[in-house]
Amino acid sequence: MDIARKKKFSQALTAAFPHTLPVLAGFLVLGIAYGMLMLEKGYGPQWSVLMSAVAFCGSMQFVAITLLTTAFHPLEALILSLLVNARHLFYGLSMLEKYKGFGKAKAFLIYTLCDETFSIVSSVTPPEGVEAKYFYLSISLLDYLYWVFGTLLGGLLGELMPFDMKGLDFALTALFVVLFLEQIKKKGNWILGLIGVACAMLSRVIFGAENMVLPALAIILIALLAGRKKLCS
Amino acid sequence: MQLTPVQIILTILAVALGAIATRLTPFVLFPDGKRPPEVVTYLGNVLPPVMMGLLVVYCLKSVPILSYPHGLPELISIAFIVVLHLWRKNVLLSIGCGTALYMFLVQAVFVS
Repeated sequence: MDIARKKKFSQALTAAFPHTLPVLAGFLVLGIAYGMLMLEKGYGPQWSVLMSAVAFCGSMQFVAITLLTTAFHPLEALILSLLVNARHLFYGLSMLEKYKGFGKAKAFLIYTLCDETFSIVSSVTPPEGVEAKYFYLSISLLDYLYWVFGTLLGGLLGELMPFDMKGLDFALTALFVVLFLEQIKKKGNWILGLIGVACAMLSRVIFGAENMVLPALAIILIALLAGRKKLCS
Repeated sequence: MQLTPVQIILTILAVALGAIATRLTPFVLFPDGKRPPEVVTYLGNVLPPVMMGLLVVYCLKSVPILSYPHGLPELISIAFIVVLHLWRKNVLLSIGCGTALYMFLVQAVFVS
C-alpha cells in the first residue's frame, strides 16, 4: 500500500472507530460467550476462531454448535445457514447503491456484511474529507476483528473472565434502538419503522422466538410491496 | 467432540457458504453496471428503517414477559435510552448509559 492510501485509510479508521464502539462491547461479550460455549462442547479456540473468521455469522454460529455436537450433516448446516442468514438479502439490497464502484474492496464489504455493520453504514454518512470506501471498509474491518478477537478470548480464557459481564451484550440492543430512532426521525420514515416493529412482533407471537425471522421477512416484503404507492411518496 | 477434524471443517464451510450466498446474491443479481429494477431500488431505500425495527424486536425475542422480571429491565432501559437520545441526541452517550443502566438492573436490582 502506498503512503497516500495508507494515510487515507488511517484517517478513515479514526473516523469510523467511535461509531463501532457499541459493536466492540457487544461483540466482545457475545464472542467471548461463543468461544466459551464451544470450549464447553469440546471445541477449543482453534475451532471457534476458525468458525468466526470463516463463517462470521453470529446467531447462526450459535445454532451451528448444535450441529457440531450431533451427527455430521453438512447439507443441513448449509440449509439452516441459508435460512438463518436470509436477512442479509435485505441488507444487500440496501447497500447496492452505497457499495457501488468500490472494486476489490467490495468483496470484503460483502463478505463481512452483518446486522451491526448494516445498521451503522445505513445510518451514518462518512465525515467530510474521509473517503467513503475507506470509511465503510474500516467499519466492516473493525466489526469483523471484534468478533474474531472476542471468540479467541472466550476460547482461551474460558470461565476465567475477570468481571461480571452480565448484561453487557445489551449494548447491541441499545445500538439497534438508537439507530432505529436515528432512522425514523428522517421525514416519512416513522411509518417504515413501525412496519418493521409490527411485522416482527406479529411473527414473534405467531411463530415463536426460534422461528420468527423468515416469516417476519416475508410479512415485511408483502407489506412493503402492497404499500409501495403510499410509502414511495 | 464427536466429529472428525475433516467433518468439522466441512461443517464450518457449509455454514460459511450459506452466509456468503445470502450476502452475495443481491450484488450478483444487480451488478454495478446494470440498473436494478425500480422495485429493487425502492426496497433498498425503504428497508433500513424497517430492518432496524425488526432487529430491535429480534434482540428482545427471548425476553420472558410472563415470568419474573417480566421484561422490566429491558423496558426500563429502552425507555431510558429513548428519552436520553431524544434529549441529548448523542449516539454513544445513549448506548453507553443505557447499557450501564441495564447491567445495573440485571446485576443488582432484578436478581433472580
